[in-house]
Amino acid sequence: MTSQPLPRPETSGTPTSSAAGTRLDPWLGSYAERTHGMRSSEIRALFAVANRPEVVSLAGGMPFLDGLPLDALSQVAASVVAERGLQALQYGSGQGDQTLREQILEVMALEQITAHPDDVVVTTGSQQALDLVTRVFVDPGDVVVAEAPSYVGALGVFRAYQADVVHVAIDEHGLVPAALEETLAALAAAGRRTKFLYTVPNFHNPAGVSLALERRPQILEIARRYGVLVLEDNPYGLLGFDRDPWPALRSYDEDGVIYLGSFSKTFAPGYRVGWAVAPHAVREKLVLASESAILCPSNASQIAISSYLSTCDWRGQVKSYREMYRERRDAMISALSEHLPEASWTVPDGGFYTWVRLPEGLDARDMLPRAVTARVAYVPGTAFYYDGTGADHMRLSFCYPTPERIREGVRRLAGVVSGERELVELFGTGGGASDDDVVSPAPNIP
Amino acid sequence: MTTSPVPPAASPSPSSTPTPGVPDRAPRVAVLAGGLSHERDVSLRSGRRVAEALRSSGVEVSVHDVDADLIAALTELRPDLVWPVLHGSSGEDGSVRDVVQLLGLPLLGTGPRASRVAWSKSIAKTLVSRAGLVTPEFVTLPQSLFRELGPARVLSAIVERLGLPVVVKPSRGGSALGVSVVQSPDDLARAMVECFAYGDTALIERAVSGVEVAVSVVDLGDGAVALPPIEIVTDGPYDYDARYNPGRVEYFAPARLSDATRAEVERVALVAHRSLGLTRLSRSDLIVDTEGVVHFLEVNVSPGMTETSLFPQAAEAAGHNLGALYRSLVEASLAAAPVGLEPVPAP
Repeated sequence: MTSQPLPRPETSGTPTSSAAGTRLDPWLGSYAERTHGMRSSEIRALFAVANRPEVVSLAGGMPFLDGLPLDALSQVAASVVAERGLQALQYGSGQGDQTLREQILEVMALEQITAHPDDVVVTTGSQQALDLVTRVFVDPGDVVVAEAPSYVGALGVFRAYQADVVHVAIDEHGLVPAALEETLAALAAAGRRTKFLYTVPNFHNPAGVSLALERRPQILEIARRYGVLVLEDNPYGLLGFDRDPWPALRSYDEDGVIYLGSFSKTFAPGYRVGWAVAPHAVREKLVLASESAILCPSNASQIAISSYLSTCDWRGQVKSYREMYRERRDAMISALSEHLPEASWTVPDGGFYTWVRLPEGLDARDMLPRAVTARVAYVPGTAFYYDGTGADHMRLSFCYPTPERIREGVRRLAGVVSGERELVELFGTGGGASDDDVVSPAPNIP
Repeated sequence: MTTSPVPPAASPSPSSTPTPGVPDRAPRVAVLAGGLSHERDVSLRSGRRVAEALRSSGVEVSVHDVDADLIAALTELRPDLVWPVLHGSSGEDGSVRDVVQLLGLPLLGTGPRASRVAWSKSIAKTLVSRAGLVTPEFVTLPQSLFRELGPARVLSAIVERLGLPVVVKPSRGGSALGVSVVQSPDDLARAMVECFAYGDTALIERAVSGVEVAVSVVDLGDGAVALPPIEIVTDGPYDYDARYNPGRVEYFAPARLSDATRAEVERVALVAHRSLGLTRLSRSDLIVDTEGVVHFLEVNVSPGMTETSLFPQAAEAAGHNLGALYRSLVEASLAAAPVGLEPVPAP
């Protein structure tokens, strides 16, 4: 702890004094430009309380796993090692396990996707697929079009590759075709190269809305007309509360869509298994990029999931998740109606999140310390925009806390909102705090 | 969060002569870290660093969160000493320290009553100014007062009296959370909103420009001594981001001060430590203005102990091995610490 690294020259953009000062990081002058913004923030530090049981966390996106059949899963895990141990513990194919890729086709058939196992690339969670697609397509300064708001984890990837994200409006039926058309036209007119449209069409994170069926072909048609690839991120598609899954964008268009899927929400995130389905030329690049990043996805995880899919009732598990999350959604919406009538929110028909608009003048970022004091946590809306806007919204997740805790959390939140409202009305001001770059909780925050 | 005690590494060379109160085996120390304050994250990091350093010097350490299991854990473990490495609210306001004393366990550091005083920046400033120190002119105002008197009038009276810039901060709190430097009257209301999100009382003080210096004080049993002052040079406010993300701050250890000024900042930190009745360790945050006058800003009874914190930097600048220094603090506390509740002072 006391040993110091060898003295090294510290160079940075800021002139330093000639006397021997230290910036506590001998590598300060060496970081790549894309690491700008990779730093912990005051907001992120506040999430540290969210894993304490006294705090009702409506902030994280952890699925609630208590209903998983752990006895059956431990048998699966044991048989993976006993029967296929030497394969499970060995390197595997960069593209992923052949059997699992075949099984993934069965899962995707629920959303009317037809594909060949060769079209599937298994990844370490769909987050890695997002990274690979961005790595393969985006040069610094390239435009990525994304919904407003958009998944914070995707924005982080785009930022790391120095993309310029342009947001497009959504409404209660998802992406607005006219707004997309207008944005793509403006970008084309400005000579900007749009590399892809990133969209979460089902049970959007954070907005909770789904892209209406009639809009799906329209969105694809607009994208095709402007020569823009569509990146369809679909981790929640099977988790509809009151309806069967809608056809994926990929089911309408094999050549213009890269589809990302995941077992994290429909089974368990701990295995870190997701996948991409891409047109063949793209797929080849994704496999090479994945091999250079990780050599191959975990064989042990893939074989365990493959074995789970073939020996357990995974459809029944998805059904039980849907029922559980529907009950939690109901608790969230009724608590919001009861305690926060002055706010407005989306009513999701699947997934994990509702998107709440705060009463006029309130700033969700400013309010977070007060919420932590009141033992409730949420994610300020600014996390879901590239440009620091969104402070008038917050994302509330209903996936992890029980219905009772959700009601208690919203009750506490109502007190927080009313306290903040009083303050803002008193001083006649609000909004416009510092622009923290990393404002989302870590993945293991409930 | 409670971790089982880790067997200590071979002890380097604990003092060979027995000291009263110090067990003739590796001392067992319970480090408290975490809690439910806004500074939980910083405290967890500080606690881990302290625990590692203590283990490296042969101390048996367990780390505990402040939660429903704490009292049972301490009662069962009966550590030789409890070291609260807690930042913010119950950790620094004296209440957790009160509970440790209720359990009849000795404490490393300042007792509950003096902690409570130091935790309130306005009370601490009042007391140190009575002890002859200079501190920027300030007012302490609760949110309710703005409601009663009307914010516009109060804010304009503040600007009239203190001038600009002013610093707005929660009267109780650390890590620069909720702190703003206000340059223009238009920004004052917004700074109040940010401040009141962290607590219901704001301290507004005249901003003093000059060299920002932190002076850590330790008492290893022979009286309080100042460690080398650390000078903080930032490209903006010394805010949360600057404190915990290396890069934005350049530290000079020791501070680039004349011998006379260095002696003065050390004296100020020692006067603050003593006049507030602090025990074993503290860190005072000071500013040396362009005339060389040293202004007291605030004092911390539980200074940050993270990789980028000022106390460990000062200790290393003084040539201390952190593990050995922390062990010495433990041993000095064991030799000196009265067990049980602080006596109620005579009226």
